[in-house]
Amino acid sequence: MIKLTTGQRVLISGLLAVTSFILKSTIGQQPITSIVMIATAVMAGTPILRNAISALRYKILGIDALVSIAVLGAMFIGEYWEAAAVTFLFMFGEYLESKTLEKTRSSIKALLELAPDVARVIRNGEELEISPEEVMTGDTLVIKPGEKISVDGTVIEGSAYVNQAAITGESIPVSKQLEDGVFSGTIIESGYLKVRADRVGEDTTFARILQMVEEAQDKKAKTQKFLEEFSKYYTPSIIILSLVLLLFTGDLVLSLTLLVIACPGALVISTPVSIVAGIGNGAKHGVLVKGGEVMEKLGKVKILAFDKTGTLTIGKPMVNRVKTYGLEENELLRIAAIGEAYSEHPLGRAIINQAEKALGPLTQVPEASEIIVGQGLKVVVEGKTILIGNRKLFAENAVNIEEQENYIRSEEEQGQTAVLVGDLSGLWGVISIADQVRDDSKKLITNLKRLGVEKIVMLSGDNKRVAKAIANELGIDDHYGELLPEGKVKVLGELQEKHGMAAMVGDGVNDAPALASADLGIAIGGAGTDVAMETADVVLMSDEIRKLSHAIGLSRATVRNMKQNIYFALLVAATLLTGVLFKTVNLSFGMLVHELSVLLVVINAIRLLGYGDRGKSKKQVAL
Amino acid sequence: MTTKTYQLETLTCPSCVLKIQTALKKNEGVQEVEVLFNSSRVRVTFEETVVGSGALVRIIEALGFKVLGEK
Repeated sequence: MIKLTTGQRVLISGLLAVTSFILKSTIGQQPITSIVMIATAVMAGTPILRNAISALRYKILGIDALVSIAVLGAMFIGEYWEAAAVTFLFMFGEYLESKTLEKTRSSIKALLELAPDVARVIRNGEELEISPEEVMTGDTLVIKPGEKISVDGTVIEGSAYVNQAAITGESIPVSKQLEDGVFSGTIIESGYLKVRADRVGEDTTFARILQMVEEAQDKKAKTQKFLEEFSKYYTPSIIILSLVLLLFTGDLVLSLTLLVIACPGALVISTPVSIVAGIGNGAKHGVLVKGGEVMEKLGKVKILAFDKTGTLTIGKPMVNRVKTYGLEENELLRIAAIGEAYSEHPLGRAIINQAEKALGPLTQVPEASEIIVGQGLKVVVEGKTILIGNRKLFAENAVNIEEQENYIRSEEEQGQTAVLVGDLSGLWGVISIADQVRDDSKKLITNLKRLGVEKIVMLSGDNKRVAKAIANELGIDDHYGELLPEGKVKVLGELQEKHGMAAMVGDGVNDAPALASADLGIAIGGAGTDVAMETADVVLMSDEIRKLSHAIGLSRATVRNMKQNIYFALLVAATLLTGVLFKTVNLSFGMLVHELSVLLVVINAIRLLGYGDRGKSKKQVAL
Repeated sequence: MTTKTYQLETLTCPSCVLKIQTALKKNEGVQEVEVLFNSSRVRVTFEETVVGSGALVRIIEALGFKVLGEK
């Protein structure tokens, strides 16, 4: 037999089902119609029957078995259309569900891709390239620009800017010098380091993140679905009832009618169809919800925890304010930008971007330039020595900045990084640089509170001063700063215990453990990393974080829709069952009702696709 | 008593979980069966003197789930 993928099988049986429906409603039940219907049933039914038989060998009676018996029975009494429709719908429902499930699976793979693959160690005075697993505690490693650090360790020589986004989520590279600690999985952007390995292999922070994600993944899987529980009892009871009926009445048609009518067609698709529609609506609005369980949970969230950098903020530093003492603002920006021309530092880039925005492209470079690590730059621009950097740089060069100290400190308290610009005789000005809060962050927080989310908190790896400034600006209930990934998990655990269902919203790899350990992980896609996206249960595909409130509303609507479908399907099944038993419902009428109920369930679900479209402006306020 | 973890092909239907669990538990010597739905793994604790790992793999495969690896 030709091997078909499930997708091909669904497509072919779908086409066959449509063809048989058209034939049925045009030329009626001709031999050709029957043949197409039988073909549909065989195409869609073979895998169902195969599963049923393999399970039966171990005395397990599943929904596959019930569908198989009913379909075989329907074929036997010549009801080919029912056989075709039931098998196709059953298969299609399962297929749709499996498609959404597959997406939740690949998170580990993406994490592994971030793992360092080579380590350069010094042993017996020689530089060797070895696999990170072979590195031992106490080894000395050499790491050059662009390379990944493969251990958790301490700097013993050199200095560098290290991008720690993989661990802390902070996109601004951090300066590392003698005695500083470095993490496995982080990348050196500029400079070079010699590092003593303190923790290697499985013990590194990065490896622990991996493990946490792996463990957390299956912590969630234990929720049993209502329908499965139900069918555990429903399926055998229907079969027993039919058998009893056959034994007592000897009426084969009646007992097969019972099997066919009781075959939970509407029930089988009631849940998947709502969920698929809900997920479809989400996708249309840029929200990817990974599966039904997630969709069910999202609306019940009591507490929402946000990462800061890249989530509530854009994740790129920008110039906010320029304060000058004596000269034009643009002139200060111009000089600072020229001074920074060779700089790779993100603060330098921010100054250059701002200057180019105000003055157009700059091509001029400094006549001389010296990088003073941990302080800033000493450059010569247009014949003048200029200092660009922090307080230490000015103190080191004996430039008095006491007069401006109050202003600098007040800027810092607002979460800004103050870049001082001046010459050897005094300070010319202060450029305040900070990460930018997303335009829609504030609106989102307001919307979430209106939706009845009990508590909104912010968990940040950044320093407490910056965390506080942003939490205040956005109206967030609580904030926690200077958290490592494990710290985020811990705080989240405490919040879960106190308030119930908790969702974590984040973007970086550092959020991956928190995303995985939360009841729901929500990743910001556009700016996010693959790992966070794949670990997450919900992914906002764009940067528009306000979509989150749409997602929560959508989840509630989907759950409502699903419940309507389930209750409706149960009601129809119960009514039909009673009707069959009292012989007031014959097969053809029963099937009509059955088909209509399936149709109604689908139509009800389709309503979900329009959720949030009508009265958009009004509804969003109401959300 | 040994514990082994089998990596299966992606599990898609939650009803597979029940199937695998029931089928394995029916074997003498099998103490505990845990089906990890999300990572598509089965963790079995069993008495090796009573039932072999090969027999367990055959059961899982007979149910229609390919075993990709074990550890």
